[in-house]
Amino acid sequence: MVSYILRRILATLPVMAIVALFVFSLLYIAPGDPAAVIAGDQASPADVERIRQSLGLDRPFLVQFGTWLWHILHFDLGTSIFTNLPVASLIAQRIEPTLSLMAITLVLTILIAVPLGVVAAWKAGSWVDRTIMGFAVFGFSIPVFVVGYVLAYVFALEFEWLPVQGYTPLAEGFWPWLKNLILPSVALGCVYIALIARITRASMLEVLQQDYIRTARAKGLDQRSILFVHALKNAAVPIVTVIGIGIALLIGGAVVTESVFAIPGLGRLTIDAILRRDYPVIQGIVLLFSFLYVLVNLMVDVTYTLVDPRIRY
Amino acid sequence: MDRRTLLKGMAGVGSLAATGGLSMPALSQGAAARTLRFVPQANLANFDPVWGTQYVVRNAAALVWDTLYGIDATLQPQRQMVESEEVSDDGLIWTFRLRPGLKFHDGEPVLSKDVVASLARWSARDSMGLMLKAIQNELTAVDDKTFKWALKQPYPKMLLALGKNSTPCAFIMPERMAQTDPFKQINEYIGSGPMKFAKGEWVPGAKAVFEKFADYVPRQEKASWLAGGKQVLVDRVEWVVIPDPATAAAALQNGEVDWWENPIPDLVPVLKKNRNISVDIADPLGNIGSFRMNHLHPPFNDVKARRAVLTALSQEDYMRALVGDDTSLWKPLPGFFTPDTPFYTEEGGEILKGKRDIGAAKKLLAESGYSGQPVTCLVAQDQPITKAQGDVTADLLKQMGMNVDFVATDWGTVGSRRAQKTPPGQGGWEVFHTWHAGADCVNPAVYNAIRANGDKAWFGWPTSPAVEKEVTAWFEAKNFDEEKAAVNRLNKAALEDVIYAPTGFFLSYTAWRKNISGIAKGPLPFFWGVSKTA
Repeated sequence: MVSYILRRILATLPVMAIVALFVFSLLYIAPGDPAAVIAGDQASPADVERIRQSLGLDRPFLVQFGTWLWHILHFDLGTSIFTNLPVASLIAQRIEPTLSLMAITLVLTILIAVPLGVVAAWKAGSWVDRTIMGFAVFGFSIPVFVVGYVLAYVFALEFEWLPVQGYTPLAEGFWPWLKNLILPSVALGCVYIALIARITRASMLEVLQQDYIRTARAKGLDQRSILFVHALKNAAVPIVTVIGIGIALLIGGAVVTESVFAIPGLGRLTIDAILRRDYPVIQGIVLLFSFLYVLVNLMVDVTYTLVDPRIRY
Repeated sequence: MDRRTLLKGMAGVGSLAATGGLSMPALSQGAAARTLRFVPQANLANFDPVWGTQYVVRNAAALVWDTLYGIDATLQPQRQMVESEEVSDDGLIWTFRLRPGLKFHDGEPVLSKDVVASLARWSARDSMGLMLKAIQNELTAVDDKTFKWALKQPYPKMLLALGKNSTPCAFIMPERMAQTDPFKQINEYIGSGPMKFAKGEWVPGAKAVFEKFADYVPRQEKASWLAGGKQVLVDRVEWVVIPDPATAAAALQNGEVDWWENPIPDLVPVLKKNRNISVDIADPLGNIGSFRMNHLHPPFNDVKARRAVLTALSQEDYMRALVGDDTSLWKPLPGFFTPDTPFYTEEGGEILKGKRDIGAAKKLLAESGYSGQPVTCLVAQDQPITKAQGDVTADLLKQMGMNVDFVATDWGTVGSRRAQKTPPGQGGWEVFHTWHAGADCVNPAVYNAIRANGDKAWFGWPTSPAVEKEVTAWFEAKNFDEEKAAVNRLNKAALEDVIYAPTGFFLSYTAWRKNISGIAKGPLPFFWGVSKTA
């Protein structure tokens, strides 16, 4: 197992290298110019050109890429063109809100979606199943920002239970922290809940047809044990896989959710950086997210061994 | 239900609700009353007012850095850091003396050497600064409190240059900071203004914090825009960046923020209904919409094609697309200068008045030799003002019989592509849209967009000797009457040569909670004189 994990970690290096090359090339050929954004609307073309030169953006592609890669190899993500702050600092400032949002959303999703999927499979074909799947289709179809506005409308403005926007660090207390994250997590979680509920149902339906489930029922085991101990564990591999894949969904959804709820996380940093063509920041964030995604996939693979003893590396 | 209706609905419920305490940050009542939470027009992504010339940077910089002179509400430069000035009889030598008590935020006194270095950096980036630099003999510190600017020829607009509020302003920094290359960014933020920048609390894209500078000595005069006594009445000003307008409206209604700089017109009716919120015009100098044509390439390299646009263009169409049906927010503008300011003129503006004539426009277009080639119109979709103008323009050009290549893109791309002088088929362009703050269109000195000096002109690169002659005449004018006459002629020439097509004059609102008082109307948010009760 240890050697497998080490091999997988080593295998991330070429993946990250390809991501790095791809991201850098894409940004290089993308239209837009940070110098023009920096200079502002009243700047002259000559000013824009001088700024471009001072930022080194007029250098050949290979020179720019080589310099950037050299810094990356020294664990230096570079400096933001706009803020003049290290990209690592900007990411460090923003990572807590995003990780908090993703963690709460993930917990919320698993707590809601898995039981819903199990119940839907158990009551397959009944009104309970159809209702749950109806909600799943609805949750899957409705855009995150619409859910966000509706939640804010009801729970922040009408009932005044929760704030409209912002983020409070965990260090300032659990409730202030959680209070700011409830609405965004529910908004972001809707799609995810729908996805996991549907996958759980499909996987459970397959397992519930197996002989050992019939045997379990025949020997008089209660329904809860059959569903959640025997069936769910055997249905878990595809569910875990989709939860892992869904991290990408969460990353994409966080971009919108953080904008709607004004959460200062990595999603908003990404949007701001793209709109301003702050290349080092975009490159740093994409590399980070790629690394996280590879790591999550590794964790998913390792988790397989916990839920299915037949899987060994 | 469309998105806009949903936004209104969401914001509307808040107006019925009483102010909520749940969402307030954990501040004591006293501390909350001493902290002003402000939603700025944009993200403060960098903080060097010479390197980056966005308005949001200028607005924040005005808290931290002071200027030698400051423009007041009558558009006149008044002494600010300066105690006195003298100009020699021949107008060639200006001698300035700094007022006592000036101190930087690091405790060091403001000295002449700091001013000299700051002006040297500023003059490399500013259009008036460049003019001064071109005629400069020397700029030197005479002693700690006196500095001298010796010129090769008189420059009557000196005080305006040092006090103007158009970007970049002549902010005074410590010498070590001001020695930074003007095309590179500073990395410390020490000024001598009424507030200190809390660099440690800065989260670009989310929050910027300014703290009252205890050692600041305000002038004795009443504050008026960037002039007079800048008395700060709160301990902290927190800029809270909220990119989504509906969220900002909801946060204002919920009491999570105190002042929103620029509510969008769609949400203003909702805010006006809330008994806890005041809404008023932010800046009486407003903005001027701009339809900018490329003078280097066909069809708009021919003045007949440009005049065709003016003949057909309906400013009402543009203004309604921009600000909706609130007619108090806009007015037609048959000229280039800001309405209700001393140099406003309609000289030569007949082409923009009266019934719009598509037939005459088509005729002019045919005379220009236009034969159906694509016209590349760059439209930034992420800027509501440019998007609305772009949509109207596309329709207008089609009505005139033009083949429109509508390039829907973002502002970052427009900013880059508009600098291309190559023909449209090779990465260039024919039309883009923008807007100019009215404060930047009050006289020729601060009005880059009206210049017509070819390669050195603003994007579109118009060439018009008649316009340039009148710009020079304004700079050399000895009194207001001469200045006014020069601007009248300039306006007429600029319309004849169609330097650009003005799409109208429009205003915008600002909104604040009623426990805030002292907010002044002006081209930027002024935080001095603003107080807050618990």
